[in-house]
Order: sequence, then C-alpha cells, then structure tokens
Amino acid sequence: MSLTRQDVEKIAHLARLSITEQEMPVYVSSLSSIVNFVDELSRADTGGVQPMAHPLDGQHQRLRADEVSESDHHEKYQRNAPAVAAGLYVVPRVIE
Amino acid sequence: MLHNLFIGELAERLAKRQISSVELTRHFLSRIERLNPALNAFITLTAQRALEDAAAADARLGKGEKGPLLGIPLIHKDIFCTSGVKTSCGSRMLDNFVAPYDATVVARLKGAGTVMLGKSNMDEFAMGSSNETSYYGPVKNPWDISKVPGGSSGGSAAATAARLAPVATGTDTGGSIRQPAALTGVTGLKPTYGRVSRYGMIAFASSLDQAGVFARSAGDAAAVLQAMAGFDPRDSTSVDVPVPDYSKDLGKPLKGLKIGLLREFFDGLEPRNAALIEEALNIYTGLGAETREVSLPHLPLSVPTYYVVAPAECSSNLSRFDGVRFGYRCKEPKDLLDLYKRSRGEGFGAEVKRRIMTGTYVLSAGYFDAYYLKAQKARRMITDDFRAAFEKVDLVIGPTTPTPAFDIGAKMNDPVLMYLNDIYTIGANLAGLPGVSVPCGFVDGLPMGLQLIGPHFAEAKLLNAAHQYQQATDWHKHAPRGYE
Repeated sequence: MSLTRQDVEKIAHLARLSITEQEMPVYVSSLSSIVNFVDELSRADTGGVQPMAHPLDGQHQRLRADEVSESDHHEKYQRNAPAVAAGLYVVPRVIE
Repeated sequence: MLHNLFIGELAERLAKRQISSVELTRHFLSRIERLNPALNAFITLTAQRALEDAAAADARLGKGEKGPLLGIPLIHKDIFCTSGVKTSCGSRMLDNFVAPYDATVVARLKGAGTVMLGKSNMDEFAMGSSNETSYYGPVKNPWDISKVPGGSSGGSAAATAARLAPVATGTDTGGSIRQPAALTGVTGLKPTYGRVSRYGMIAFASSLDQAGVFARSAGDAAAVLQAMAGFDPRDSTSVDVPVPDYSKDLGKPLKGLKIGLLREFFDGLEPRNAALIEEALNIYTGLGAETREVSLPHLPLSVPTYYVVAPAECSSNLSRFDGVRFGYRCKEPKDLLDLYKRSRGEGFGAEVKRRIMTGTYVLSAGYFDAYYLKAQKARRMITDDFRAAFEKVDLVIGPTTPTPAFDIGAKMNDPVLMYLNDIYTIGANLAGLPGVSVPCGFVDGLPMGLQLIGPHFAEAKLLNAAHQYQQATDWHKHAPRGYE
C-alpha cells in the first residue's frame, strides 16, 4: 500500500509536525515502504487471540492512598520553559 | 593498566587504599580527553563533578565503608535525567534541557558510590540502530572508526569497548543494549521488563523500554544490575518482586542446564556468524549443558509487530514535547498551532518524525484495528512461543545480530533495511524477557555477539551462563587496537 502526499500531510497535521517541501517526498516514500513492510502482519492468523498490552501477566495498575507525596517545584521546573510570566507558561494569544 | 581491570579488581584496590577514586577518575578522564575526539561517544562531560563525587567516595572509603561500586567511575546514557546536568536524549528538542531531578537508576547508582564521568551519545530519543540519528553526530566504532557502534546506546557501548569507563548504563527497547554491545565486543544486559525503574528515563515505547548495563564481563554487569534493580513506587510498571543476589550464583556449574537453540535464528544466518555460534555451543556442551532445538514459529512477525507497537507508543509519549513547558521553541510563532508544529518539526530529527508519523498513522481512525490491534495480537503469539520454549529449556541461545558492524551511512536511506538489523533482539522486548549479549569471536576483524534469552526474572541464570562462558573463553578480554 502506498501513501499519497495528502495522506502524509494529514498525518503530519494530526501529529502537529511541520514538514518542509524538501522533506515531503522523502516521507511519502519512506512511510510507504514502512507501511508496506508492517502490512506483513495482515497475513498472520490472529483469530481468537487476545491483544496483549503488557508484557507481564497479572500486572495491574497500582493504586496509592490519596495523600500528598510531592512538594511544589514549579519554579524549578519552569526554569526549563521557553517563556514564563507570573508563574504561568506563555504562548501566543489563543482567543482574540 | 587500570582501565583493563574489572570492577571487582578495582573495588579491591580501592578498599585496600592502593588507589583512590580520585586517581581512578583522573585516569579515565585523561583517556576520554585523549581518545574520545575520534569516537564522539559523549554528549556532555562532567569532569568537575566527577572529581567531587570521587573525593566523596574516597571519604566514605576512608571511614572503612565497603561496597562493590564505591568509587567506581561510570557513564550514563543521556536518556537518564541527571539533576543539574543537561539531559538531551540525543535531540535538538532537549539541547537546552537541564534535568531538575535524578532518574531512579542514577540516584541508586549514586547512592552506591559510583562516579559519573559524563553522559553518552545516543540515537535521538533512542530511535535508531546505528547511533547515526543523534543531533550530536554519529558515534564511531572503536574497532574501526568507519563503522557504526550500533544503537541506540552507541556512546555507552563504544566508551565501554574503548575502556573510557569500566561500565555504562543503557536502555533497550528493541535491542538498544544488546545490539551495540555485540557490535563493539562488550557484555550488554537487558533485564526483564519492570525489573529496573523507568522513572526519570525519557520514554520512547513504554511497554518495551527497560534500563540495563554495558560492562566488559558478566560479573561486572551483575554488580551494576544489583544496584539498579528493585521496586520503585514512582514507576507504575515497576515490579514488586524480590531482587536476588546476582553475583552469588555466577560460579555455579552449568551441568544439566538446558539450552534451546532457536531454529528461526539460524535460518539463513551468514556461515561465519553461524560458525561462531556453533563454537559457543560446543563450549556450553563442554561445560555440561544440554542443548536442543526449539522453535518460535511466530518470530518472523516480530519486526513488523515492533514497528507498529513502538512507533504507536512513541507518537503518544513524544506528544509532551510541545514547545511550551520545556525544550525547543521555534522563533516567532504566528499562533499556537504554528508554535506546536514548527517547534516539533524543527526540534525533532528525521527518524523521530518518521516514527511519530508511523505511530500516528497506525493509531488513526480506520487503521487502528488493522495495525495496532493486530500487532498486539501478534505480540501475544510471539510471547506464547517463548513461554512454550521455556517449558522445555532453561535459556535460549542465538546470535545477537545478523552481521558485524556496518559502514557509517550504509543504511541511513533505507529505514526498513535498518529496522531488520533488530531481527534477533526485538522478540525479547515484545515478550518482556531478559537477554544478554556476550562477545563470541570476530568476523572480518569485527566483534560478534552471542545472545542468551531467559524467562522473566531469570537474570541470575543468564549471568551465570554468561560468566561460565567467559571463564572458558577470552573473547571479552580483547580490546580494540589503540585502546588496550
């Protein structure tokens, strides 16, 4: 199965990735070959098989008591942010 | 020379105060300064901090404290968060990121008294099998600098092989410890999924990622795993199973050990590679092990299964890089959508974008059942094959890689060809099993690896089998020319 340029543009939009004009043909071709490759799976008989989401059987999401276990580190963490003001992350205006 | 000693020997000299940790650290730092420029194995060097940590270890040793890793230098893959130190994950996206806390692996090894020399180069976000996708340039293989060291933990592997540190940490999602260990002639251990905490280890594919170790012997790997392993409430998939003493059974005789030869691993194997594996089997037979053939009929599905499951999880995990809270932000975004798209488009490299898009595609409406759900079913079939094999044998054995190290640039334009390099390693990740690669000889002057895979939590048995092999052979003692 081959992907078209429109397919790749749609996927890139869903993934919030800008793709340059120069990159586009490379992705159309390499993503097509990857999709072709993983299409081998369609020949496998998986009838009656339960999908496996976790490599260890019998593991369940642990729960913990609803108690405070972390202190407030926002100043420390925001040192890595590109733009901060008054303890808030700054982004371009969303609502006019 | 100090850099050819194993950890046990170094620990003994440190304990007897024949050498200080500061002297040992200086020795490795000067090797790094002299030899690393040709290899590019590091993203960040932490020389100053290493000397401080070494002085602290010397103070502990001075008080009579003992420990197998106390004062031992090591390198962390740049995927592990290290408090106050740049943690890039090999990406432009995190080129400006200084981790605010230590990963559990880093904290535990620090507590054991290790000295961090620096952070190793790696494929961007651990996506690659050659260390060529790093934003910081490819790592060179010390056996031949025109060859790749393997990936994604290529820097840790090359540095361990070049004796720039006695040991290094790594992570293995589809073979990223075992494959580079094989291609650089060192011992690489990937533990059972959930055995080592993933907290503070930058996520690629969360149902497959596992931290492990590079060393020059199975005995050294056992000592490092001992400090890394164990339950961590901060990792929701960390497993609460007691940690055995990994060094205790290293010397146990292998008489009666049942080893399964993976029929599928030998089909079409290059004859010189196959001959090395045969030779290793003879060693095991000589050590009293029994060998028999076992089959994993669904193993041929493992590469396509992996290249659906791993990109799917990666596309979800990497959505956190949005140019808002940390990491790279594009210049002059015209609106929020432009900020997201260009920050990600410019911050991620080609292979990472390819995997994010593959994952987005297989999870998108109309394709989820055909790809993602289908792959999760194939994953169970592969896992069931391993389970059936382990009802008959204790461990399975085969090559780690189809070929020795390939030329830099040889596979960069063909992602599928690159992906097929992981054909022997991926099965263990899909099934969550522990695996180890040990050096087993040379093809064209380049090292090759023998891979042992065991049932869940069989690390002690794997290390025992690897150690016994290393008592009977000296492949693991060969050093690349110029790095002896």
